[in-house]
Amino acid sequence: MSMFLVDTLQDLVVEPMKKGYGRGLLEAGKNNLQIVALSSDVVGSTGTDEFTKEFPERFIEVGIAEQNLVAVASGMAAMNKVPVAAAYAAFMPGRCWEQIRTTICINDRPVVLVGTHAGISDAPDAATHQMLEDIAIMRSLPNMVVVAPCDSEEARKAIIDATSLDKPIYIRIARDDTPIITTTKTPFIIGKANVFKEGSDITIISTGRSTYHALLAASILDKDNINAEIVHCSTIKPLDESTILKSVKKTGKVVVTEEHQITGGLGGAVAELLGEEYPVPMRRVGVKDRFGESGKPDDLLRAMGLTPTHIAMAAHQLIG
Amino acid sequence: MGNKRTYTITQLNKIAQDIRQDIIRMLEHAGSGHSAGPLGMADVFTALYFDILNHDPKNPDWADRDIFLLSNGHIVPVLYATMAHAGYFNTKELMTLRQFGSRLQGHPERKLLPGLESTSGPLGSGLGQACGIGLAMHMDNVTHRWIYVATGDGELNEGSNWEAIMLAAKYKLSNIIAIVDRNYIQIDGGTEDVMPLEDLSSKWESFGWHVQEVDGNNIESVIDACSMARAITNQPSVIIAHTIPGKGVPFMEYDFRWHGIPPDKAQAKEALHDLRTLKGKIEGEHQ
Repeated sequence: MSMFLVDTLQDLVVEPMKKGYGRGLLEAGKNNLQIVALSSDVVGSTGTDEFTKEFPERFIEVGIAEQNLVAVASGMAAMNKVPVAAAYAAFMPGRCWEQIRTTICINDRPVVLVGTHAGISDAPDAATHQMLEDIAIMRSLPNMVVVAPCDSEEARKAIIDATSLDKPIYIRIARDDTPIITTTKTPFIIGKANVFKEGSDITIISTGRSTYHALLAASILDKDNINAEIVHCSTIKPLDESTILKSVKKTGKVVVTEEHQITGGLGGAVAELLGEEYPVPMRRVGVKDRFGESGKPDDLLRAMGLTPTHIAMAAHQLIG
Repeated sequence: MGNKRTYTITQLNKIAQDIRQDIIRMLEHAGSGHSAGPLGMADVFTALYFDILNHDPKNPDWADRDIFLLSNGHIVPVLYATMAHAGYFNTKELMTLRQFGSRLQGHPERKLLPGLESTSGPLGSGLGQACGIGLAMHMDNVTHRWIYVATGDGELNEGSNWEAIMLAAKYKLSNIIAIVDRNYIQIDGGTEDVMPLEDLSSKWESFGWHVQEVDGNNIESVIDACSMARAITNQPSVIIAHTIPGKGVPFMEYDFRWHGIPPDKAQAKEALHDLRTLKGKIEGEHQ
């Protein structure tokens, strides 16, 4: 594997992304005393607790009140604090999109928003808690950066970089144990996509947890003598257009995969780009205009058509 | 530095009346916007910018300034007119309200105009931002700065306000002074018909705030209430300012239909005459 990834996809260490976020927030907090954490009664389940134990005086508990979470964070940013507000993605940005739009984006206050339990990873909690529309509503906001790390290590890097970005940013992380595919040496730059595996026959673009599934799909395709290039788009907005165009011009075909509705997410962003700049045959592997349900994450991946096999099948459809 | 005790009450009343005339001119020229709230709050804004606030119009980012947040952004004509009279910018610019390319947007946009502390319009976010500012000041042991937040009364229908009201009391944010424009109107009618707010005073009190009720069209009362509020050290303060919507213009006063519309040319002429003559009590200066 290239790009300083783990050596093999076998027997990977797994960890919830919130662990990496929690470690990263603590690390950033030690270096920057202006960083403050805010929670809406979800300190433990979002991974913010490492920071709050170390810096209780820099922690604000707003209660179950996501609209106020965002407004308070905006006010703290006005005073040159670096507020990091974490909550379940279904509630933030789900509940409080207008406050994000007005008090953070139009107002241009550099707040770090962390939406946890995104995608289908909050599997048993069912449709209400499985946030599948957050990329769409966040990437449509001017002034907002949208990032979806692929594992806990990348989540660690993402929160550290976000706290020095000086721009509004939304970081989307999954709930469940996720295989760790990157290392401390894997490059991570907000706004930059990474080619995690080079290939020549088809480009598979992915974000978040789906990048692991895309890599597994590449292994399946290898057996069929199809050499897939895997482009991990950790930043969905601003989209790294040059990296995507370079890969697609080489392969001429593209599959996009994500744990998100197929409308408005990364697939939509890539379709917008390629539709104008370089139209090629394309398939979107994502959630097809439905909500989730209870089950195990793997049950849901199968039911929604998001498994590595589904990604490989989409590639086969394009290659014929 | 601030403008503390620079003006007599008589002078402040005159300034408020000048601000009202500019509000009428601005709205008539813009052809859209809200009339009743800005006129009703002209006295509170005059009290704030010409007596209460510690601020420097020539140095809007002055690090020790008090913070004023307009939560009900739709009454921004009174804020613009007051800021212009206080010296933030030339009063001539007031006539650009709501025009393409103007710094005076239909609802306030912070980044465009120095002195605006926040962007607002969608209701119910000013108190939350005040909490964030107040918390940051507490963390940094800043005790000499105050945060004044103006909200509408109808605005208090928004549940997000009450999230912030709880939070300010929890963290004892005594550096926050909220001023509610209690004019009993909102766009669709009277506040008690659209969504009853009473007993408003008891509501705030039971949420842990120090409550005062004043005549919001009496500048001296507003100044005194703010002094009292600053003396409260263990809880946030709210001043429920009873105002007359459309104050100073008889055909607008108390009429909820003037909440969200501007005067036309003839109405503006009549309104300006009413304001110059104090409703016909004195002889007008015809300009």
